[in-house]
Amino acid sequence: MSMNVKIAIKKLRVAFSKNEVLKSVSVDVYKNTITGFMGPSGSGKSSLISVINRMIDFEEGAHIEGEVHIDGQNILDGGHDAVELRRRIGTVFAVPIPLPRSIYENIAYGPRLRGIRDRIMLHYIVEDGLKKAFLWDEVKDRLSMSALKLSGGQQQRLCLARTLALKPEIILLDEPCSGLDPISTAKIEDALSELKKDITIILVSNNTKQIARITDFSAFFYLGELIEYGTTEKLFTTPSMKKTEDYIQGKFG
Amino acid sequence: MRINPRFTNKFVQLGLNFQAFFTVGILVIIVAIICFKGFPYVNFEFIFAYPEDMGRLGGIFPSIAGTILLALLSILLATPLGVGTAIFLTEYTKESVFTKIIRFGVESLAGIPSILYGLFGFIFFVIKLKMGWSLLAGVLTITIMILPTIIRTSEEAIKAVPRNLRIVSYSLSATKWETVTKVVLPSAIPGILTGIMLSVGRAVGETAAVIFTMGSSLRLPTSLMDSGRTMAVHFYILAREGISMEKAYGTALVLVVSILLINVVAYYLMNKAISKYS
Repeated sequence: MSMNVKIAIKKLRVAFSKNEVLKSVSVDVYKNTITGFMGPSGSGKSSLISVINRMIDFEEGAHIEGEVHIDGQNILDGGHDAVELRRRIGTVFAVPIPLPRSIYENIAYGPRLRGIRDRIMLHYIVEDGLKKAFLWDEVKDRLSMSALKLSGGQQQRLCLARTLALKPEIILLDEPCSGLDPISTAKIEDALSELKKDITIILVSNNTKQIARITDFSAFFYLGELIEYGTTEKLFTTPSMKKTEDYIQGKFG
Repeated sequence: MRINPRFTNKFVQLGLNFQAFFTVGILVIIVAIICFKGFPYVNFEFIFAYPEDMGRLGGIFPSIAGTILLALLSILLATPLGVGTAIFLTEYTKESVFTKIIRFGVESLAGIPSILYGLFGFIFFVIKLKMGWSLLAGVLTITIMILPTIIRTSEEAIKAVPRNLRIVSYSLSATKWETVTKVVLPSAIPGILTGIMLSVGRAVGETAAVIFTMGSSLRLPTSLMDSGRTMAVHFYILAREGISMEKAYGTALVLVVSILLINVVAYYLMNKAISKYS
């Protein structure tokens, strides 16, 4: 199977003072697929994605070694523009965090930062984002309502729509469904399965069933090390490592 | 011996009620006395006429104008400076000896009695910089005086904005400045407005620092270099020198009503800001 590598992580090591959270991890993430990162808490999977979107810049005392190439360019290079990078890489966090303003203004926040002022254009972007996040039908009549009044599941889809409004090439989701009910979770999973036609998606999750349901590739992390990486089918049917098997079967985690 | 918890509960409730009523009661008594004593002398002429015979006759229009000018200009100067300092301290620096020194300075400034500001303003602005007793010297002095309040309240308001909102803004490709202006400041507006209102109150009610720097001329200040007097100064001089207690109470009433009005307007603006950003 020949596929384009979108993100190439090479010997990435991350430490906070003496505490090493990632130990020389190398992973290739393929273009327009969903790749699942799973592992018990403290396995380093969240730190890994915070390097990819450079949000780790805001953590104090983070020490990073290694390289992360996106389309062949090392984003950890001193000169790489992190602001532009975050336009190309959307992030959805574990807890939905709507900005304290209307639904419409939440989605329009990113495009406005990029200098889009045209109202018709903005309206199109907002509608498109909400549709792709499977939220449009629920909110189309109340776009000027405060986003804080939405339910948790709706807020998380709003966060996805807000990310989509920037037309990202990559979306990172850090346990996006951990606090959601099954119906909201299903809607987000459906949205992701549609989105992977144009977007490379990394899904961090503790929910192995979710990883098995919607990802094409999966990686299992344990205590800062990549234990196993391959197609999801392979990992969930014939894992090479005992640790992976135990984790998938719910023996620990 | 164990006190009956039901009794304690009742007792505390009663005590707290009493304390709340006590606070409101004092305000009501002060305002009532001023209204009662001042009301007969306040009319259209009192507000819009110029004073005559040292303030024994006529109105207080120049003092009203002087008060508004002093408070408005000081706030216009101190707000960007103070909010800017607060943004710098909270968003653009890490905690260090340098920020500790700034905070120490701000806190010390907040504790200085206003007459010392007046003395400083007199020596530095009025004499040294040859501004004379002028609106400008008054504005600069009051600006320095209210700056600590604005810095402290703005800093607290900015710190209270959840870190999550900043993180989300950055993740949506905002720069630091875009995050500060579009997410942090709008959420901090109610707190910042509180600081501004406290400062307006101080500027409007200040006498010592104003007499030393803006002087006490009864004329209407028409330029920054003109001397003038505020209502608080006018009231002080009328009462202190026994010129006219009637006019003094009239002035006090106008002063109190203006402060109440300012507070009402501020609450209105604050609620508007809160409803827009939540």
